Amino acid sequence: MDHLELIKLANAAAQGKRPYFFSQPDVDRLLSILLAVTQELAVTRERLDTVERVLERRELFERQEIDSFRPDADAARERGQWHIEYLARVLRVLQQEVETMQRSAGDVSSEDVARELAAG
Amino acid sequence: MQTDTPKVDCAPAWTEAGTHAMSPLATHDEIARFNFLANLNKYMANVVVGGNKVAYDSRAKQAFRNTHGHEPQGRREIRAAMSVDPYYQMWSALRRNAMEMRQQAGRSMVLRQAEPLRDRARSLNAGAKNLQLHPNTPVPRYQSAIDNHCMPGSYYAEYLADDVSAAANYDAGMFATTTGLFGRYLDGAGRGIVEWLARRRPGWQPARILDLGCGVGHNTVPIAKAFPQSRVVAVDLAAPMLRYGHARARGMDIENIEFRQANVESLADADSAYDLIVSTMFFHETSSRALRNVLQEAARLLAPGGLHLHLEQTPYHAMEPFEQFLRDWDCYYNNEPFWTTVHDTQMLDVMRQCGFAADALFEDEIHAVVDLQMPKVGAEVEDFGRGGMWYAFGAERAA
Ligand SMILES: C[S@@+](CC[C@H](N)C(=O)[O-])C[C@H]1O[C@@H](n2cnc3c(N)ncnc32)[C@H](O)[C@@H]1O
Repeated sequence: MDHLELIKLANAAAQGKRPYFFSQPDVDRLLSILLAVTQELAVTRERLDTVERVLERRELFERQEIDSFRPDADAARERGQWHIEYLARVLRVLQQEVETMQRSAGDVSSEDVARELAAG
Repeated sequence: MQTDTPKVDCAPAWTEAGTHAMSPLATHDEIARFNFLANLNKYMANVVVGGNKVAYDSRAKQAFRNTHGHEPQGRREIRAAMSVDPYYQMWSALRRNAMEMRQQAGRSMVLRQAEPLRDRARSLNAGAKNLQLHPNTPVPRYQSAIDNHCMPGSYYAEYLADDVSAAANYDAGMFATTTGLFGRYLDGAGRGIVEWLARRRPGWQPARILDLGCGVGHNTVPIAKAFPQSRVVAVDLAAPMLRYGHARARGMDIENIEFRQANVESLADADSAYDLIVSTMFFHETSSRALRNVLQEAARLLAPGGLHLHLEQTPYHAMEPFEQFLRDWDCYYNNEPFWTTVHDTQMLDVMRQCGFAADALFEDEIHAVVDLQMPKVGAEVEDFGRGGMWYAFGAERAA
């Protein structure tokens, strides 16, 4: 069994109809995904905490240093840029919506173009 | 950061759970997933669940009255009122997801090592007379219709020969689901039974003990330990549970439990074969007919002077309808289809009908005896239907 097959087996649905609680089942779906992401964030946070504690145990640094850490000007700018890039990536859909609204002619749908191309 | 902020009540880390010869290996992130889930359960039980009553009192009750002309009567109408309330919907969806994610976390940890776990069980079980498997035992409808508590493949799935992965998953995840309330070895009910027996019958040594629906023997082990001279027969339908349970007990140097595959509705033992017959969290996974069959069989198997003791969740009779409604969640949304009926059943009446009429019947409350030093700060809060406290019922047969 390869990794994908293994994780799919772990993911298997239990026998018995799954309940959906919200008036729109899409909300149930999104919540499931969000909760799984929340879990993985907690896992990453715990892993980072482990790294910090291991480094501290080896006397490579003190955890206190993290809270008192103040980036110098260059580092602060790099980090700021990372935040902006990150947000741009996450909020892509809003940007695209604005771009489309701004196109003076408006966008045609691929379906319409398909019909047009088929016709001649 | 303030250092004197009061500590919050959190779940014990998964690494606090007791290890044994069959414990799966766990990576850092697998452990962290369980830690997340345990604390999600804890937070849900301590904080989120309470909002349901607020939603009910502040709006759902009124909304129901507006359409029906009267306030909700009983748990069924409360359920109708609440199932359209957004807070209850969110709580339910979170709780259902927590159950599904717990299964996923356990399975992804266990399935990747299904073979080594199987091999470990094989070597611990090799040649053991105390493991009696009967592979042709049919799985009854009440166990096969849907997968118990959203456990894919239930207790029975075997992905390879002599598979124990279903049991390893069940065992590994339970500490997170119960947030440590059942103890490090999930044996709080069994320890509670031992303590209860010592009070009820000081010095009594039941020579032959039967455990109905033993699972992996979480609660059989403390009883076998308390009565090392006794012979314990632990019966279950599921081969993976028994293989794993036997190997686990063996790794603890416990040699006085026979793990036997059978349907406890009908056992091969002679009349009066046992002095003590117990079950823990078993009857809610059966059916009305099976409950009666098992009790009739148990009545036949109990020796004069013997004792019966069964642990289940608190029945609904003396309970506020709103709490009944909350506890009933598992029946509808956590694949526990007999849950409602068993909690509505007057067990002592059924026992009288099933051959215990001449015996002294009793009811009691038994609390989990837990060896874990929990990081307890606030009052202990029970997650409706999942807490470390049980309704006990049983019978004493005249000598
Ligand atoms: C929720 S588990 C409880 C296990 C155990 N008593 C404990 O306290 O950990 C219920 C168990 O009952 C078993 N079971 C259900 N119906 C049964 C039957 N008719 N005969 C024997 N075992 C049964 C299931 O296979 C499962 O392992």
